[in-house]
Amino acid sequence: MTAQAASALQDEAPKPAVHAGLATAVRVLIPIVLALLVGAVVIFALGKDPLTYYGYVMRRGLLSPTGVQATITRMAPLLMISAGLIVAFRAGIWNLGVDGQFLLAAVVTAALAPALIDVVPGWLMILICLVVATLVGAAWSVVPAFLKARYGVNEIITTLMMTFLGIGLANVLVKIPFNDPTTTVPQTATLAVEDRLPRLFDTTIHSGVLIAIAAVLLVHLMMTRTAFGLKLQIVGANPRAAVHAGLNVSRLTFATFALSAGLVGLGGAIEVLGVWGTVRADWNPAFGLLVVPLVFLARFHGVAVIGFVLFFAVLMIGGESASRRLGVPTDFVLLLVGLLMVFLALVEYLDHRRRQATQA
Amino acid sequence: MTDRDHAVVPAVAVAGITKRFPGVVANDDISLTFNPGEIHVLLGENGAGKSTLIGILAGMQQPDAGEIRVGDRAVRLASPRDSLDRGIGTVFQHVLLVQSLTVVENLMLGGPWSSRLDRTSALARFRELCQVLAVTLDPDAQVGRLSLGEQQQVEIIRALWHGGRVLILDEPTSMLTPAGVRELGLVMARLRDQGVAIIFITHKLKEAYEFGDRISVLRLGRTVGEITKERLSAMSEQEATDEVIRLMFGPTATSEQGEADTMAHEGRRRRRTVVVDRAQPPFLLVRDLSIETRPGESALIDVSFDVWPGEILGIAGVDGNGQKQLAEALAGQRRTASGTVALRNTEITHLSVAARRELGLRYITDERLGEGTVAAHSVSTNLFLKEIGKPPFWWRGITRWDRIHSAARNKIATHDIRTPSERTPIGRLSGGNIQKSLLARELSTESGVVIFNKPTYGLDLHNIRSARARIRQGADAGLATIVISTELDELVELCDRIGVMYQGRLSGIVDNVEGAEIQIGLLMTGAEAA
Repeated sequence: MTAQAASALQDEAPKPAVHAGLATAVRVLIPIVLALLVGAVVIFALGKDPLTYYGYVMRRGLLSPTGVQATITRMAPLLMISAGLIVAFRAGIWNLGVDGQFLLAAVVTAALAPALIDVVPGWLMILICLVVATLVGAAWSVVPAFLKARYGVNEIITTLMMTFLGIGLANVLVKIPFNDPTTTVPQTATLAVEDRLPRLFDTTIHSGVLIAIAAVLLVHLMMTRTAFGLKLQIVGANPRAAVHAGLNVSRLTFATFALSAGLVGLGGAIEVLGVWGTVRADWNPAFGLLVVPLVFLARFHGVAVIGFVLFFAVLMIGGESASRRLGVPTDFVLLLVGLLMVFLALVEYLDHRRRQATQA
Repeated sequence: MTDRDHAVVPAVAVAGITKRFPGVVANDDISLTFNPGEIHVLLGENGAGKSTLIGILAGMQQPDAGEIRVGDRAVRLASPRDSLDRGIGTVFQHVLLVQSLTVVENLMLGGPWSSRLDRTSALARFRELCQVLAVTLDPDAQVGRLSLGEQQQVEIIRALWHGGRVLILDEPTSMLTPAGVRELGLVMARLRDQGVAIIFITHKLKEAYEFGDRISVLRLGRTVGEITKERLSAMSEQEATDEVIRLMFGPTATSEQGEADTMAHEGRRRRRTVVVDRAQPPFLLVRDLSIETRPGESALIDVSFDVWPGEILGIAGVDGNGQKQLAEALAGQRRTASGTVALRNTEITHLSVAARRELGLRYITDERLGEGTVAAHSVSTNLFLKEIGKPPFWWRGITRWDRIHSAARNKIATHDIRTPSERTPIGRLSGGNIQKSLLARELSTESGVVIFNKPTYGLDLHNIRSARARIRQGADAGLATIVISTELDELVELCDRIGVMYQGRLSGIVDNVEGAEIQIGLLMTGAEAA
């Protein structure tokens, strides 16, 4: 009996950090390698050379100066969305209305920025736009939040419905009230390049990337190191225990929605102010559902998600070039992400089995 | 075997059953026969291997070694389906119903997929069994909205649904009134006379003697003794009790004397009634309390009572008569429709859970995992679950994990919580240790009124004893205490006065004196209800 207790204690004792870190790295690397291998088989089946494809993706996504700059720039909106999703998912709220929140905030920013730049100094214009976009994103989550808090309506349904409405409304805004009559295609007035978010050093990377990285890290610290974050986690893990513990579940639900959608909205503003300077009609990058699996792969962990977003951004940027050059469709990138998830789950399962077996 | 050719063929027999789990042999070479027309009692402490054996007979678990015979054929019970098909129906200790379906829908589950659901005949069968059990259940109530006791009643109905040759009841009486237990006894006797083999698991010796034809005792995974039908019928209750205790704890059980003691004297020892100064104002004052209810659950109507410092007020009643609603209304987890609640001289009727806690009101829920704890979070987090954001463990909203973990280590030590580490997810601990964690959380800081909801439900004897001791200690230290329990014995042992809930009303409060049980029993069935 004592021997069992002792071995149980050893099992729970914190392992050396290096060892644990290595184990995690291996658990992530094995699925990546397996996903790339199976992906290679698929490319081969399509009649292309997998090595050429992967080499091209790496060169265009990571190893060339323009590629790496494009990749890092692409990370900004993905990271902002990740930050928003981590807040929501950790609190047990499945905000799948990211695209509507993102797009509406982007369109409002695109309309507001050129109008403000003649009135206020550039830094103030950017500040106002970031704040307004955050509020727009948050506002678009009020209806699902209310329905969830008051009537317990499943937010997956309501946020998805709101995202359709949001995308449609964003289009209407671009085509009618915010349309710039001087252009042939419907789009908002364009913000001059020099008025956009300042570039970092001598690159094409804009400073919004820094905001995004800071946002993800702050969200991570908030969730793990603050009372507010712990309350959100409790609500997410067991809402009845939260009621029992005296937490104001409905207020926390509103806060979660507002924070999540606000961060996503901020992401929309950063993408417009940093990259495009305008929004065209029917523009919808649909980053939302691409980021969801990445956030799951990172297990809602703020630091880990940066790695996965980087990996995904390389695939996206490199894959876009490769599809033009080699004829492998861009959707292949999604296939890789899907394979990655399958293998990650598999490795996780086997690891779990192994640990159970060694305990026996 | 040849000399016993005339003997009955056992309904089910197990031979040499062994089942190992990581770190423990749950069943160690167990051989038992269960005869048709016999109520066979299995006795043993938690961890003796009763639940594992039942899991095997119900087809939920596979033995590592040994043989199961149903009738005269060796069988493999590979799944619950197999087990049901061979006529073995089981009522588990923990409820296994689809929470989102109604009572009658749950009962109709498990038919062939191709046949239409026959609601009319299902309802007829339901009514019939309700009558047999003498329970009133709404067939269209959603199971998730029923109380644990009512859900267990549904489970009993489901196990009886197909009649069957073997009925396994895993501690089925813990939720019933004394009258309900007697009724169940009658039902079991009736089924036995029809030739059903009944396997009846309990830890109450009185029931074992009263209902059982044969008693087998398990200890640490082994069968340590059996009292045969012939011997049992010749024994007096006292002789049988002594014999069972000897089997359960060994002849020289000195270290476990306490457990044997608790078991033997269960319900026979009455708490000395402390002199409560009722000239003083009561600590907790409840007047005409009513709540808004959701469909399918018990109401709470015009409940009034007082609790004085140092007093233990028991709340008895069949589960689902508004006890949980009362506890939640007092804790602030439910909105009050009318009436008042006051703590000392402060009215708290419309205060939040957190505000009531600030004023010294503590509620220890009966749903330890359902709402008492967050299973996936650490023991540390759960120990401070109700203090999130408050100093000294949080500074301006920043969590100070080092302080929390070290304070948690202290609590773990002082409350004897058995856990590998303070960082272990609390869901991995045993029920007894989770309950100790809840007690450690609720009884540590300044408190005035403590509400215990089924404080010993599902615990083993050792933990029952320590939980009851904690309740007594608290009251002796001047806490106004409310104990809600469906076990009358427990209330008789602990309380000064006992109130009875019936259909959402407090049908009466009686002083816990000699003979109070009879009056309580009457109140439980609504006999004296206004």
